[in-house]
Amino acid sequence: MMSDVTVAKVVDARGSFCPGPLMALLGAVRQQKVGDVIALYSSDTGSRTEIPLWVHKAKHELVAVRQRDGYDEFLVRKLR
Amino acid sequence: MADKMAMVVFSGTTDRLFPVGILASGAVAMGMDVEIFLTFWGLQAFSKKVQGAPPRWSADYADMAGMFGQVLKQKNVPGPIETLAKAKELGTVKVYACTMTMDLLGQKKEDFIDLVDATAGVGEFIERAKDAKMTLFI
Repeated sequence: MMSDVTVAKVVDARGSFCPGPLMALLGAVRQQKVGDVIALYSSDTGSRTEIPLWVHKAKHELVAVRQRDGYDEFLVRKLR
Repeated sequence: MADKMAMVVFSGTTDRLFPVGILASGAVAMGMDVEIFLTFWGLQAFSKKVQGAPPRWSADYADMAGMFGQVLKQKNVPGPIETLAKAKELGTVKVYACTMTMDLLGQKKEDFIDLVDATAGVGEFIERAKDAKMTLFI
C-alpha cells in the first residue's frame, strides 16, 4: 500500500526532545510544496499523539505512522 | 485573527526559562501568536552580557540542578533561548522588554539580544495581551 508514496523530504529528529520533532516537522512542511510527503523520524514518545493532533489541526494529511526500531516514522502530506 | 498566548516572564533562572521556550513553541505550532513581556530577572536573562554563561538554577531545585544540567548536556537539549528563537522563526512571537526594569538598571534596548523586538510599559503590554486566550506568569 505504501509503495506509491514518494517521500520528498526526510526529517530525522531522533534523539530530539519535545518540542524538537514537532518544530522540525513544522519547519519542513513550510519549506516543501503542496502535495509533498514529509517523513518525520522521532524517538520522542509524545510525538505519537502530538504529531497526529498537529497534522489534523494544521489541516494536512497523516499518510501513515510506522513503528520502527526505537523510533516512529510519520508520513505527512502537505495539503495547503 | 489568530488566538493569542501571553506570557509575563519575571523569572530568570534556566529552569523557569525552559517552559517559556517550550510553551511558545507549542503555541506557534498550534497556530497561536505569542506575546512575551520580559521583566525583572526574566529580562536580565536576555541581556547580551549573559549569553553563553552556564545555566543558572533556582535554589528550589539546587539538589537536582547538577544531575539535570548533565542530562541536558548529554542529550544535546537546546537551551531555552535557542528554543524560543526557533519558535520565533516559525511563527509570530513578539518579545517586549519592560521599560521600568530597564530604567531602574540604566539599560537600553541595545543591551539585549535581537530576540527582543521592542520595549513596552506595563500598560502597553496589558493592552496587547488583554484578548489572549492563555496568559501565563512565569
